[in-house]
Amino acid sequence: MELTGADIFVRCLADEGVEYIFGYPGGAVLPIYDALYRQDKVQHILVRHEQAATHAADGYARATGRPGVVLVTSGPGATNAVTGIATAYMDSIPMVAFTGQVPTAMIGNDAFQEVDNIGITRPCVKHNFLVKDVRDLAETIKKAFYIATTGRPGPVVVDIPKDITTHKSEYKYPRRISMRSYSPVTRGHPRQIKKAIELMLTAKRPMVYSGGGVILSAASQALTEFTRLLGYPITNTLMGLGAYPATDRQFLGMLGMHGTYEANMAMHNCDVLIAIGARFDDRVVGNVEKFCPTARIIHLDIDPASISKTVKVDVPIVGPVDQVLKEMLKLLKESAETPDPTAMQAWWKQIEEWRAMDCLKYTQDDEVIKPQYVVETLYKVTGGGAYVTSDVGQHQMFAAQFYKFDQPNRWINSGGLGTMGFCFPAAMGVQFAHPGETVACITGEGSIQMCIQELSTCRQYSLPIKIINLNNGYLGMVRQWQEFFYQGRYAMSYMESLPDFVKLAESYGHVGMQISRPADVEGALKEAMAMKDRLVFLDFLTDKTENVYPMVPAGAGQNEMILV
Amino acid sequence: MRHIISILMENEAGALSRVAGLFSARGYNIESLTVATTEDESLSRMTLVTSGTEDVIEQITKQLNKLIDVVKLMDMYECAHIEREMMLIKVRAANGGRDEVKRLADIFRGRVIDVTDSMYTIEVTGTGDKLDAFVQVIEPSDIIEVVRSGVTGIARGEKSLRV
Repeated sequence: MELTGADIFVRCLADEGVEYIFGYPGGAVLPIYDALYRQDKVQHILVRHEQAATHAADGYARATGRPGVVLVTSGPGATNAVTGIATAYMDSIPMVAFTGQVPTAMIGNDAFQEVDNIGITRPCVKHNFLVKDVRDLAETIKKAFYIATTGRPGPVVVDIPKDITTHKSEYKYPRRISMRSYSPVTRGHPRQIKKAIELMLTAKRPMVYSGGGVILSAASQALTEFTRLLGYPITNTLMGLGAYPATDRQFLGMLGMHGTYEANMAMHNCDVLIAIGARFDDRVVGNVEKFCPTARIIHLDIDPASISKTVKVDVPIVGPVDQVLKEMLKLLKESAETPDPTAMQAWWKQIEEWRAMDCLKYTQDDEVIKPQYVVETLYKVTGGGAYVTSDVGQHQMFAAQFYKFDQPNRWINSGGLGTMGFCFPAAMGVQFAHPGETVACITGEGSIQMCIQELSTCRQYSLPIKIINLNNGYLGMVRQWQEFFYQGRYAMSYMESLPDFVKLAESYGHVGMQISRPADVEGALKEAMAMKDRLVFLDFLTDKTENVYPMVPAGAGQNEMILV
Repeated sequence: MRHIISILMENEAGALSRVAGLFSARGYNIESLTVATTEDESLSRMTLVTSGTEDVIEQITKQLNKLIDVVKLMDMYECAHIEREMMLIKVRAANGGRDEVKRLADIFRGRVIDVTDSMYTIEVTGTGDKLDAFVQVIEPSDIIEVVRSGVTGIARGEKSLRV
């Protein structure tokens, strides 16, 4: 039997096992929405802005490891989605975004709500497709999911002209697909793995540096076993937090611009660096010339282009993190060699001295709420078990420093693109993925206003997200840089005319609370967490001048930190 | 250092713009670029001339390989290869000058492919250097039009770039 393109589309998603599709209707996708209306396998979630649809799908993907799915209309629908697509691209998040397009005959005519969406999204997708024939639709959708979820994951855009959704074709969804131009690596090279093992066992001052690739590869368990077997210190990037238990003694905290003293010093002084699923981002490396001056470097990554891109490495291994780590574990267990115990003892002694600096210390006074205190208390109240999403800025760094993630897929933030407005819609996606779990959205009064319209979506779907608004009345990170590097000229970093967040939340039918005294922080958080079925907006009025420490200024070496 | 990179890619609309977009987005330079379908109509072959340090060239080939439409590529500078470029040049050739232009064309093994009373159109094929040299020997004021195809190349001997 022949089906319309719109029905084929919906059948494909159902056959692909898609639970939720986050989207917003419009002219070019009306036939698809009609097809969605006539079925009940795929649930469509209506957001209030297309950017939120992409962030929600992204949050869903990060919390589950499954691809997030987006549907938006042509023109402005597609352009609004671009920020979220670029966010997913920078963090290698599997996503398939379907965008409506004007009918094929009108493409190129500057038709109503037409943009060249393939052209606009090209630099921020793993791949994109324009469907020109309904007979290609099912196979294109299969390819999109295949490309998005394999190798180094990433977003794929499928642009579907309106007439394609009304044309008819036989429906056949391919079970498997192979492409001659795309065959991701499935195994690391055995000789490189062996070389890496030999090198890491000679180390006197080893260091493991792992990133988001470990989480994307579902390799946390392998990483944990590997690191414990060797007894080496480990640091995680912002994207990699939770891949190794943060409460473990071998964990030195996050590294980089706002990383811990011990993590950055251990990086700077190590003699063998084992980089796993991390990409030597500029916020980690700082000054390339001064980066890990005494280290020989092993780099394991699925993407060959990530290897030796900014920092030259000695032993590259291209392969899936999980497979390679398991192979390494096997070899290590068989190996007669073990790490040098005397060297390790001396190295750990040095690391403990750095750790004793207690670089994250702050003093909570009686009058003003410190933002760090709110995050620490949230950690305590939730028992460390919450899913935490964050926006971008100081609150993001405080969350990364003070919420200790012992499990992967729980810390969800826009690390690469640094997208303000990400936190709240991403939390919606997480809450859909894990309805019974606590989802805390750590944000600031600047970021939250970038997607605050989603309070309405949360009301519609009864999403009991807990918004932790660290409200200092400033774009805190901008203010911090202006204080440090622009002689205190606070250009446009002060947030005036803020809404009454409590009333705002209430107007959408949610619960709002404002907390201004340190003594009330814990009680408010407990009260909010007890409201299992309500969204609670907690507006914490925090210290206006608090800064994030330590800080490696841009262009400095990792050992050149500004401490409190 | 100058490199010639040959790329076999899916003959899809937009494949060329993916390559061009990659170069502009990452700040790599393109000296020349030629593209046409191969004997297999589903494949296009692109020849791209670029320059950069070894690190940059390594990134360029890796990033090109990441493009989903790219099936295979080869850096011609890693093997013995032949490079050719074609030029069509329209030159003023009147009265006494006609013989001289013809002689120069012969020296460069060029062929006169179109003639009028006052000009020749000459086809010259060779490496970029040879074409440059030919342009230089023609009196600048006599040059009416120059069209160059951009470089194409192929590996010598048994080595080949094919699916």
